Amino acid sequence: MLKSESVIGNKRRRFEIVIESLIRVLGFSTIGFVVLIFLFLLRQGLPFFFEVPPVNFFGTRWYPTFGLFGTLPLILGSVLVTLTAIVIALPLGVATAVFVREIAPGWAREILKPLIEVLAGIPSVVLGFFGMNIVAPLVRTTLNVPTGLTAFTGALILAYMALPTIISVAEDALDAVPKSYRDAGLALGATKWQVIWRVVVPAARSGIVVAVMLGLGRAIGETMAVMMVTGNAARMPITPDSLFRPVRTMTATIAAEMGEVAQGSLHFHALFGIGILLFVLTFLINLAAARPIFQKRRRGGLR
Amino acid sequence: MSKFVVQNLNFYYGKFRALSGITLTILDRQITALIGPSGCGKSTFLRCLNRMNDTINGTRVEGKVLLEGQNIYDRRVNVVELRRRVGMVFQRPNPFPQSVYDNVAFGPRVLGMARSKSQLDDIVEESLRGAGLWEEVKDHLHQDALSFSLGQQQRLCIARAIAVKPEVILMDEPCSALDPIETLQVEELMQTLKANYCIVIVTHSMQQAARVSEWTGFFWLGELVEFDSTAKIFTNPSHPLTENYITGRAG
Ligand SMILES: Nc1ncnc2c1ncn2[C@@H]1O[C@H](COP(=O)(O)OP(=O)(O)OP(=O)(O)O)[C@@H](O)[C@H]1O
Ligand SMILES: [Mg+2]
Repeated sequence: MLKSESVIGNKRRRFEIVIESLIRVLGFSTIGFVVLIFLFLLRQGLPFFFEVPPVNFFGTRWYPTFGLFGTLPLILGSVLVTLTAIVIALPLGVATAVFVREIAPGWAREILKPLIEVLAGIPSVVLGFFGMNIVAPLVRTTLNVPTGLTAFTGALILAYMALPTIISVAEDALDAVPKSYRDAGLALGATKWQVIWRVVVPAARSGIVVAVMLGLGRAIGETMAVMMVTGNAARMPITPDSLFRPVRTMTATIAAEMGEVAQGSLHFHALFGIGILLFVLTFLINLAAARPIFQKRRRGGLR
Repeated sequence: MSKFVVQNLNFYYGKFRALSGITLTILDRQITALIGPSGCGKSTFLRCLNRMNDTINGTRVEGKVLLEGQNIYDRRVNVVELRRRVGMVFQRPNPFPQSVYDNVAFGPRVLGMARSKSQLDDIVEESLRGAGLWEEVKDHLHQDALSFSLGQQQRLCIARAIAVKPEVILMDEPCSALDPIETLQVEELMQTLKANYCIVIVTHSMQQAARVSEWTGFFWLGELVEFDSTAKIFTNPSHPLTENYITGRAG
């Protein structure tokens, strides 16, 4: 009895060792691939920063054929489109999350939640197509601007794309707020709305920040839809009306020009250089998104 | 003077009848303790008094709960106003994850009780003093409430409750998460609060009921078996169930 048990135990242990090492190999290779990609990016992109003087690549004109590699309009283009998208998506997303979690009756929640997840699965090229054919003409006619392919149109599409992420992460954050806080608020004579806005939403604040950061991270890296609807003119978006004029983002630049550029040329390296900038930006945003999570984990021991 | 008069109260969680035929009178400026084994409906009864059970789906009430003569289950009663009048302290300290000041100021703010910042400051100080917490926290008013000890958090919850100037304070096992010293502090606090408030406390501790209360109700399977002065219940209970419970538990 004892003996056979220990045999089984041994077998199981060996099996576990195999599984464990397999998982370890898989885990490390994933990390390895990420590192390799990053190294490749650095190898192809770094020369750009050495070959082109800073005055040039922080210049305001992007004309690679004439040796002008000013990335500023592209960076600002990305920032403009992304920030506008977040300004649109944040209130909508949080309001929707509050509605789904706090107000909608049970059956509506059951329908809405999967529906929102389906929204996240729409391919971006489809959204881009929709943006080009429906949103852009709408923007042109209602705002009375020369072309509907503007930064604003891009921001609308991006906001739409960031919404599912923001809604579901914010909803989880609201869901994690203990019932005891709501009870305490109600027992003090606060209305349901007062409890939501003064207790529940502030208590979920860090989760909502994460939601926005993740939405932001998704928006800034988005390429296809943005390329299709923003008009792609590499101009400095610094005039007041820039939001309603065409812009060019970093991602769109890489995607549009990578196919036509000679491998190993300065222009080729320049595109990878933009890739590095994009990587750094996304990394910083994700880092900022992760911070509240860690903080919460450190403090949350008690409850 | 009677604060609450409960007449023939039945309470249902869906089909399950958690309280049946509860009838009792709760006097103002006295402490009424509710005792009984786990699951007998003490919390349910307490939550009937400020209609907190309304927040649970599928619950139903029959009978009357009169607060100063008015049935709180009447359709014309404003539940929000009722809850301001009947405050509650919960089993686990549940301050909001905000500063001490914001916790106490929450009620006055949502109810628009203060016209100015200094008036609000006064309410906060007065409430914290009332809860015997002022000296301990006056230099940490803007510190996160969750960083204090559980006993302090519970007294903060009491301060938060009295900040809206209620008439009644309901306490559901307010000391079950506290250590003996913190428990003593809260019990002493209850004795001082008694001068101005009607207090109803649910407790599992026979000694606590005997120490703090004037009146004791013994619940058993959703029924109020006996309700009498605390002295009578603990020395000469008239119902055998009460006697068994008291002697069995108190040793
Ligand atoms: N939300 C609920 N839904 C359904 N049944 C419930 C709910 N809350 C309590 N009950 C049931 O109602 C009965 C009374 O519960 P209650 O919490 O009032 O007991 P209690 O006397 O406070 O017990 P304890 O001493 O453990 O706190 C129990 O049988 C319990 O299972
Ligand atoms: Mg209870």
